[in-house]
Amino acid sequence: MTGLTGLTIAAARDGLRQKKFSARELAEAHIAAVAAARPLNAYLVETPERTLAMAADADKRLAAGEGRALEGLPIGIKDLFCTEDVATTAGSRILEGFRPPYESTVTANLWRAGAVMLGKLNMDEFAMGSANVTSAFGAVENPWRRRHDNRPLVPGGSSGGSAAAVAARAALAATGTDTGGSIRQPASFCGIVGLKPTYGRCSRWGIVAFASSLDQAGPMTRTVRDAAIMLGAMAGHDAKDSTSAPIAVPDFEAACARPVRGLRIGIPREYRLDGGPAEIEALWQQGRRWLEAAGASIVEISLPLTKYALPAYYIIAPAEASSNLARYDGVRFGLRVPGESLEAMYEETRGAGFGVEVRRRVLIGTYVLSAGYYDAYYLKAQKVRTLIARDFASAFENCDAILTPTAPSSAFAIGEKMDDPVAMYLNDVFTVPSSLAGLPAISLPAGLSDDGLPLGLQVIGRAFDEETVLAVAAALEAAAGFSAEPAFLAGGRA
Amino acid sequence: MALDKATVARIAALARIKVPDGEQEHLASELSNILAWIAQLNEVPTEGVEPMASVADMRLPVRDDVVTDGNVRERILANAPQAQRGFFVVPKVVE
Amino acid sequence: MSLIEGRTGQWEVVIGLEVHAQVIAKAKLFSGAATAFGAEPNTQVSTIDAAFPGMLPVLNRFCVEQAVRTGLGLAAEINLVSVFARKNYFYPDLPAGYQISQYDRPIVGKGRLTLDLADGTTREIGITRLHLEQDAGKSLHDQHPHATFVDLNRAGVALMEIVSEPDLRSAEEAGAYLRKLRAILRYLGTCDGNMEEGNLRCDANVSVRRSGAALGTRCEIKNVNSVRFVMQAIEYEARRQVELLEDGGTIAQETRLFDAARGITRPMRSKEEAHDYRYFPDPDLLPLVLEESWVKEIGARLPELPDAKKARFIDTFDLSVAEADLLVAEKATADYFEAVAHGRAGKIAANWVTGDLFGVLNKRGVGIEESPVAAAALGELLDLIADGTISGRIAKDVFAAMAETGEGAKAIVQARGLRQVTDSGAIDAAIETVLAREADKIAEYRSGKDKLFGYFVGQVMKATGGKANPALVNERLRTRLG
Repeated sequence: MTGLTGLTIAAARDGLRQKKFSARELAEAHIAAVAAARPLNAYLVETPERTLAMAADADKRLAAGEGRALEGLPIGIKDLFCTEDVATTAGSRILEGFRPPYESTVTANLWRAGAVMLGKLNMDEFAMGSANVTSAFGAVENPWRRRHDNRPLVPGGSSGGSAAAVAARAALAATGTDTGGSIRQPASFCGIVGLKPTYGRCSRWGIVAFASSLDQAGPMTRTVRDAAIMLGAMAGHDAKDSTSAPIAVPDFEAACARPVRGLRIGIPREYRLDGGPAEIEALWQQGRRWLEAAGASIVEISLPLTKYALPAYYIIAPAEASSNLARYDGVRFGLRVPGESLEAMYEETRGAGFGVEVRRRVLIGTYVLSAGYYDAYYLKAQKVRTLIARDFASAFENCDAILTPTAPSSAFAIGEKMDDPVAMYLNDVFTVPSSLAGLPAISLPAGLSDDGLPLGLQVIGRAFDEETVLAVAAALEAAAGFSAEPAFLAGGRA
Repeated sequence: MALDKATVARIAALARIKVPDGEQEHLASELSNILAWIAQLNEVPTEGVEPMASVADMRLPVRDDVVTDGNVRERILANAPQAQRGFFVVPKVVE
Repeated sequence: MSLIEGRTGQWEVVIGLEVHAQVIAKAKLFSGAATAFGAEPNTQVSTIDAAFPGMLPVLNRFCVEQAVRTGLGLAAEINLVSVFARKNYFYPDLPAGYQISQYDRPIVGKGRLTLDLADGTTREIGITRLHLEQDAGKSLHDQHPHATFVDLNRAGVALMEIVSEPDLRSAEEAGAYLRKLRAILRYLGTCDGNMEEGNLRCDANVSVRRSGAALGTRCEIKNVNSVRFVMQAIEYEARRQVELLEDGGTIAQETRLFDAARGITRPMRSKEEAHDYRYFPDPDLLPLVLEESWVKEIGARLPELPDAKKARFIDTFDLSVAEADLLVAEKATADYFEAVAHGRAGKIAANWVTGDLFGVLNKRGVGIEESPVAAAALGELLDLIADGTISGRIAKDVFAAMAETGEGAKAIVQARGLRQVTDSGAIDAAIETVLAREADKIAEYRSGKDKLFGYFVGQVMKATGGKANPALVNERLRTRLG
């Protein structure tokens, strides 16, 4: 695939600097791709006028030699980020019509770096989901299809629109958020790179809150280097977010070139799933061989409490969500369903405005915090969380990065796993532990399943050591040489 | 821990979410399944373990006592489903 | 201890008070919006206060300082580690659907407060805790027949919730507690304590029991907005409970409102039925950790508080407990008094401040900050009495004139020629003038009507236009009349 929409960020950046094409041309190509990608339902809002206006500005700056880090590069924004004056719904009916009077810090950082906005990307409602089937505005389709099977597949979730758009070449990159795997798992399902930074690396200000102690913004791109470039622009301390780390932003792009020779790579035995697909186990083995070939050493490690991470997460995240979503009450913004009384208005509005998965999680969250259950559930889960973080801390005494599969399967068909919520939750088994511990983790496409679908490998690092994570991921990327493309490409085939 | 319809109704009321009658039974069984699955946490010994306060390893930041915000009534009311004379308007509350 | 006489015997009232005190600070507890009273609706509201999607709290350091200062002023333990917790409930003036408060780890622990009772005695009351929390906005139910109007100006303003132990035993004590707490807060500058404006609100927990019995079921009377109403509400509620129990009923634990117009308490209609607030530590905020040295430094800068000032006044100026109580009730009054009393007779200064000055202030309906007579000016007047320039009697007229005109004592005495007559020759002459016309009365006096002496003194004073030194007149008259 050649053409402007098939470039990496790094290549597009170079192309603009070398005047091979203009920001305007890049924008136009992407605006067309966004329109062409409509069958995927990846975009909720397309903002072509804004794209062109921003591109025009970018061309001026580039001409004056004042191009910033992401000058003129068209990206999509997950609809969980509040974008000033642009409809923001978090994938929910309850925020229909909401136009934020402010810009999230992360997107403001991106615009300040010169990036150009293509539109808002579809997602699971309030970031709750692993398949992007819970959006009030329809499911997103994965641009990949199984070999010999025409059923539409899920892109993963909750950042399903972001992953699908990037995979389909309808954006150079996209922002996502990751609470329990919502960047990494869709990245794996869509054959792209997705990075969840350390908790506190990116500001949460202006991002619709799901689970405050877990939510993190991160880049979704087609290469590891692109993810590093995006993260460099997104990250940074924000005084408006009391959980934002007062820590400098290193040169993430440079870190990608660091050699992995001498690094110790931990392989956690508990990530071996009984009865899991053999191809995933095989890819994981392949990953460790690639890293050994590059000079890293392999260490068997143990993260004993791995299997308890999911239940702990499904107490903590819904609990925080039940409180964070209380503000959606029909009073100050969004949907209001009229009621005879105030209480009726609350109940009707929230009943109509929240989808079934959100409702499930808010009710679970309300229950586990309620009188008589707090100790048994919430407090217990937070204690288990401490132990899980300790597991990782111990492991990192013996290794510098941890290698695991990203997801327990490749993308499944839309409509599958819908009978039992827990079956859907199990998608996050490999991603949730590092979320609970607040550690940085990346997924990169490393191979294909037997039926031709992308499979991802995950690299987890120490807190604020995205640099090692990126270095290891870059080495794996180079070794894997993943070049397969999805069946659907928004720009069309070259 | 199995939840019955009455408990689900109580929680739904606490959360101010209307659950149509027809859905209550199914919802109760779904929630019960989730809670049953979650119950495996009880297998983990946690005596003497501190609950995690935050993964963020830092001090709580503070700000100075300076007025830096407000005076943006239009912005505050712009998305309101109902506003009048500078107030948000809701159905009357009986006290 | 004042007990209630019921039909079947005596009952003890047990009262605990929860006071919400609005913190004096320019900005709110977790946002940069202003806190000033009386602004146009929703003009002192940030998107954080209005709980828009994605908004996050950032703690105002000065509000923490004010809470620590208040805790130290209540001789309380300061908890160096405290945690902000969310209290979850739905109400239109609580935009987030939760209030950021503190639950099991408040910033201030146990303390104490001393009551000054009317009979001059004191009693120590325990303080259970003090914590910081956000205030809610205001819901106006009377603007429209079918709608409630919501103003979020007050939403997010810092409050200190101060909880007393259930140590109070009468409405009188409750009143004394509130007045004392208010005075301490005003001395510290941490709260204006203005109940009418709503920056000090009181909830009263009331139960009754037979002496020595276990605590009875309590009812909470919410949001009473004056000391007088708190006392009335407590008295009514205690009676209500006694009557109910004596009739064989039981007390339902409930929240009640005080209906000031009818002087009764009645149950609140709605509110969170289950009161299940689902407290949990706010994940947007880390635990608050205070440096010991910072707390000490605040302690070192505390002003002298009412109890200490009262003791010092009694000791230094030889005042009575009642006088001292009056003077220390407001720091401004105490400062005024001290300025007047400096280098002068304390008791005399106290009399003048609590008597004549308070009289003028009351008549004009102003506080001591707006006194028409400055402390230095009153001091000057007292000096004129002390050095004999004028009599005490004349001084009262001079004071009245000072309050009227704003002029100084010396100037008025000069202008009106009010200098005291102390020349014995002049007094003797006046005595002769009076006695010359009072032959009959002299005879009556000599035959035993002692009371007439005062009459003669009065006549001599009149003859000198009130300016004669009364003591000297007495002395000379005694000598003259024998």
